[in-house]
Amino acid sequence: MNHPTQSECKVTTTTAEPERTRGGRTYVPAVDILERDDELLLRADVPGARADDIDIQYERGTLTIQARVAPRGDANRTWVLREYGVGDFVRTFQVGEGIDSQRISAEVRDGVLTLHLPKSDAARTRKITVRSG
Amino acid sequence: MFALQRFPFTPALELRREMDRLFNMFLPEVFEPLGSPYPALNVWEDGERLVAEAEVPGLALNDLEILVRGNELTIQGSRKGVNGDDAVYHRRERGTGDFVRHLTLPVEIDADKVEATLKDGVLTVILPKSEQARARRITVKSA
Repeated sequence: MNHPTQSECKVTTTTAEPERTRGGRTYVPAVDILERDDELLLRADVPGARADDIDIQYERGTLTIQARVAPRGDANRTWVLREYGVGDFVRTFQVGEGIDSQRISAEVRDGVLTLHLPKSDAARTRKITVRSG
Repeated sequence: MFALQRFPFTPALELRREMDRLFNMFLPEVFEPLGSPYPALNVWEDGERLVAEAEVPGLALNDLEILVRGNELTIQGSRKGVNGDDAVYHRRERGTGDFVRHLTLPVEIDADKVEATLKDGVLTVILPKSEQARARRITVKSA
């Protein structure tokens, strides 16, 4: 068996409600969280949001993503089909201790927010060489 | 199909569903019912044209094909999974794969004048009504 080793680094979603700074309906963005050797990577779908619209806060292990999305189109328009709503994206995560919070970085491109959560040195997987005796 | 791959039935997810059932709670909004169409579409009327909009984060125009014939609109494409590196997924909610949406519009469209733009993951398709479909203003003359 060859299972990938998972470190103690973890980012988990929470149901905690972040403080609302604006009115209106908010949406939960779909996310992927994946682990690489030296970092955790979080990708979130935030269509309609640009870099200036995104706030990322990290406080005592809680990471909050908030992406403001401006309304599109006339509010009184005549709908033919309405399958989704447009509003801010908000989601919170619990970040484990193995993350170096000082070095968290983020970028957004084509409506996808990518967050890099570097592992702290202590949390990186150590490779142990086994020598034959 | 896209919709199917959104919901991998991993043991962890199964367990989670079971737990949610036990505690009579709902899954967060991102877990839509199985088979919900992708991408979701909003279509509205704007005078002499219809506007169709879809949220397609991460896609480029090259990944999308938009076809209009008569009053039929088709949006199809493919959302690729990110690099095949051997990363371990802790959570995977963003779907990948091929998708297609067919839509019958209430009016005929002038297919030659259709325009599509993609900005910040939002696709907007401008669908001008065909000449026949446009409402004609009829001047009423006084007798």
